Amino acid sequence: MLSSAEAAARRRISSALRAEADDIADRWVQLQLDRGALGKQVSEVELREEADDLVAALTSGLDSDIPVENLVATHQELRQAVSELSLRRARAGAPPTGTSLAVLYLKEALLEAVQRQTRDGDELFTSALLVNRLLDTAGALSFETYVEGREEIIRRQSRQLLEVSTPVVRLWRHVLAVPLIGTLDTARTQVVMENLLQAIQENEAQIAIIDITGVPTVDTAVAQHLLQTVNAVRLMGADCVISGIRPPIAQTIAQLGIDLSTILTRATLADALTAAVKLTEDSSAQADPRDAR
Amino acid sequence: MNGRPSNGVPILRLGDVLVTGLLNELDDKSAVAFTDELTTRISTDGARGVLVDISRLEIIDSFVARTLMELTTMARLLGARVIVAGMRPPVAITLVELGLQLDGVETALNAELGMAALGWYQSAQPPQGGGRDTDR
Repeated sequence: MLSSAEAAARRRISSALRAEADDIADRWVQLQLDRGALGKQVSEVELREEADDLVAALTSGLDSDIPVENLVATHQELRQAVSELSLRRARAGAPPTGTSLAVLYLKEALLEAVQRQTRDGDELFTSALLVNRLLDTAGALSFETYVEGREEIIRRQSRQLLEVSTPVVRLWRHVLAVPLIGTLDTARTQVVMENLLQAIQENEAQIAIIDITGVPTVDTAVAQHLLQTVNAVRLMGADCVISGIRPPIAQTIAQLGIDLSTILTRATLADALTAAVKLTEDSSAQADPRDAR
Repeated sequence: MNGRPSNGVPILRLGDVLVTGLLNELDDKSAVAFTDELTTRISTDGARGVLVDISRLEIIDSFVARTLMELTTMARLLGARVIVAGMRPPVAITLVELGLQLDGVETALNAELGMAALGWYQSAQPPQGGGRDTDR
């Protein structure tokens, strides 16, 4: 009984959508604009396009025989329309409540259209339930996509921050320095290594100074990453000096039993530069009489 | 030419230094032929240094890495010092990630610095810098 009433309501909504697609879309855009949930980030033309897409997707979704509860999740076209809409809002910086509410306003536009088609109370009530079930899931999906979109922005920014925060500077002829700031994790190490090796190749650097003054703590993982970087630099044919080891860090390294004995270390960047300049001068001065060896 | 002709990689003699390089396609057979020819040349030419330029290599797998390490050992037994020059940054990163540190193999940034490290100059004026000289 209920299901046949539901099926009738579904057909009713579907026919209302088909008959008044433009009106529903217009009304929805109007509702969104009137209630100002979106701020000024989305233009009316964009809203109108979104509305047309979503209404068309909804129509084709209701024609399929997927149950309404799963319609938004499983119907390809509908899901895509809702996701795209939310993603666009997220990128434009619209507030999250506004994005979610905007999708829910569609209920109102849709029900008004159904109301124009029938005056039967029972049927209207069933339709309202159906529309609620359908568009609540759309609202939830919209919110989820919005959050995903925002998270992607955050991820991208942290990636950019990563690249900005690891500059390679040339200190002296054939001497480069990388001042590391912040914790050294696998991703950071990768970026540092790539930038450093590239710079070594471009500058024909002999010595790379890795300054860890800005690294708050050195544990076994950080040390491992440092060693990896040093090894890569050595494979390239250059060498590394690690500087900026503060007393507490020296204590930690010794207590953890991390072996940095293969690497030249200095307390300050200035000391490291002195050592590096001396090393590069030594190798060029020594090169001449080397035949004797 | 001494030794057998190998896979198209020339081995040049500059004074007491042999200069050669590796190309991308290095399979088991050509690697064996290459080490064969190089060791023969080291002994017949009395070379004291070998420069292997690998700036053309875009990939070094464990096989090539082992070949390079073996080559270094063989040359050392014959009294020559091997310098591997011009490794590309991505290659170095990959090797480190694979845990292949090329122990015992000396490296140089490019062929010029490698030659300088072997004590060979093209002019009286030494280029700035010179090569790496420390045995690790």
